[in-house]
Amino acid sequence: MRALFYLLTAFGVIGLAIWAYDQNQKTQVAIRDVRGLRAEIRSLHEALDVQRAEWAYLNRPQRLRALAQMNFERLGLLPLQGGQFGQVDEIPYPLFGAAVGASPEDTL
Amino acid sequence: MNRLPLRPLARILDARAQGVNPLTIEKENLRLRREQQRDAGRRRAEWRLLFLATAFFAGYAAIGAKMGMLAASPVVESEPYVGESISGERADVLDRNGNILATNLVTHSLYAEMRYMVDGRRAAHELVQIFPDLDEERLAARLTDPNRRFDWIRARVSPEQAQAAHDIGEPGLLLGPRDMRLYPNGTLAAHVLGGTTYGEQGVTAAEIQGVAGLEYAQNQRLSDADLADVPLSLSLDLGVQAAVEEVLADGIAMYNANGGSAILMDAHTGEIVAMTSAPTFDPNDRPAPALTGDPADSPLFNRAVQGLYELGSVMKVFTVAQALDMNMVTPETMIDTRGPIRFGRFRLSDMHSMPASMSVTDVLVESSNVGTARIAQMIGAEQQQNFLRRLGLLDQMPLEVSETGRVRPQYPARWSELSAMTISYGHGMTMTPLHLAAGYAAMVNGGTLVQPTLLRRPDAPVGPRVITEETSRIIRTMLRDVVTEGTASFGDVDGYAVGGKTGTANKVRPEGGYYQDRTVATFAGAFPMNDPRYVFVVTMDEPTIFVAGQNRRTAGWTVVPVVAQMIGRVAPMLGLRPQTPAEIEAGMQLR
Repeated sequence: MRALFYLLTAFGVIGLAIWAYDQNQKTQVAIRDVRGLRAEIRSLHEALDVQRAEWAYLNRPQRLRALAQMNFERLGLLPLQGGQFGQVDEIPYPLFGAAVGASPEDTL
Repeated sequence: MNRLPLRPLARILDARAQGVNPLTIEKENLRLRREQQRDAGRRRAEWRLLFLATAFFAGYAAIGAKMGMLAASPVVESEPYVGESISGERADVLDRNGNILATNLVTHSLYAEMRYMVDGRRAAHELVQIFPDLDEERLAARLTDPNRRFDWIRARVSPEQAQAAHDIGEPGLLLGPRDMRLYPNGTLAAHVLGGTTYGEQGVTAAEIQGVAGLEYAQNQRLSDADLADVPLSLSLDLGVQAAVEEVLADGIAMYNANGGSAILMDAHTGEIVAMTSAPTFDPNDRPAPALTGDPADSPLFNRAVQGLYELGSVMKVFTVAQALDMNMVTPETMIDTRGPIRFGRFRLSDMHSMPASMSVTDVLVESSNVGTARIAQMIGAEQQQNFLRRLGLLDQMPLEVSETGRVRPQYPARWSELSAMTISYGHGMTMTPLHLAAGYAAMVNGGTLVQPTLLRRPDAPVGPRVITEETSRIIRTMLRDVVTEGTASFGDVDGYAVGGKTGTANKVRPEGGYYQDRTVATFAGAFPMNDPRYVFVVTMDEPTIFVAGQNRRTAGWTVVPVVAQMIGRVAPMLGLRPQTPAEIEAGMQLR
């Protein structure tokens, strides 16, 4: 009886040691992963910053103006004019119910 | 502990007398002594065991408690991400709609470490292929110098240059990360942004410092590590700023001006929506300050906040507003406008002949110097000075750019009656276009002061009142009349009810007196006049155009048409729907 108790205790200690070692290793792997992910996030952030800067650079008003002028024949873009403001009732709303078969209340 | 004698003499003698073996007494005493010692030893051992057990228990309990706490506590990131970002060293600057005005870009710096250097001469030769402006001889001497351990080659290289330098294959040439301040819009809002330079430089990073403009004035905020991820939002509107700059540049080219400035400001909150000064520069490649010549001719000079000018007739608005506010006159009061006024050895006269008497409205609309001087005489020098001081026109006008620091309006130390008369129509004191914009905002917005700002501040508190709402309403009507029937007739824009006052001032000769053929033309005002949303001040330096048989230099011929074009461009961008003449008329009556 006593021998069995000792044996079981010994196995228990060995089992716990293996479990603790395993947890330790897993933790270290996780820490390494996190470090890698952080580095990746950082580099992605940097890449994002570059993209944002590039976007801003490509959309700078000076360049857009030049492009609008160069492609005027195709696009006919002009600066916004006051006369381009309209009233709400000038907008042709699609006819309610004609195609969908729904009542105006449903659509609204 | 008292040791009992093993053979106490009395008992031995007794024993001998009774014929008992005395040795038994000794044995008995020895046994008692041993028992005593054993009991003491056991007690001590028990104490030791108890102590050890307590110590072990406490130790394991502490470890167990710690483990339990760790297991029960929520997972926290031990190193938060924020502090690690290299690009977060300096906060971005955005316009009011979130467009980028200034951001950071990670580039590379190129340096040499001699302890790794294999062939300095070859490295120098190859480097000159990449950077043709380097001197090969001097570079080779530096790279092969045995006393040198470290040398900067370039503080900032492009990705292509970095790759080319890497391809040289010289282990002594090293690339370090380097943040760079980028202004993606080039010259846009250059004077507002200012520019940056490197402070302390290290191999892995360099500190970016503002040198001028907003970058300098807000350096602490922008370089605050805690706020590095929080961009600074300005009140500027990228699109409006671009349109204003374009129209002003076109106007300057058309009227052969030396330069100019424009300010567009929210009349109620003081938020500056656009501010520019021409000629301009590229903050990505900020030129060195000019060491010779007039600093005011440098592109770095911000005419809008640094340029102290005698602004001329635009000042008449303040004179008329004060007289109205003090109930000295009404818009219909007739003023004696017979000129010239002789005052000591000075003569004050009008630029062209005026009727003998005019109403206060006409004095402003037709811009009569004599009439305004007479009103100033009624007000008095001291009252006038107090009023201008209340408007903030005699002190520095703080703004979030470094250039405002040393700019103080200039006015006569002794504010005599003559000074009051000339100042009433804008001569004899100087101020900046920014001062004028703040003053005009208070005139038209219902009579409360505004504090100009470049930062987003939609809920600015209402400033102290300087004139009554009724005076402000009359001033709005008068400024509208200047455009519809006065000197700024080219300034009207359909549907936007522009109102304003022109000013043309002869420039001051450095040696004293005035140039007859060099002027600063100003147009200041607001739109739409029935409910002013935006105040504008546009100046042009020495504009001239040949129209209808003569050279025209006055504001009405030069800067006013430019402003009209500007408003036609920017008002729709600002979301203002043009109003019908009836709507405008009704609005002017109501307010």
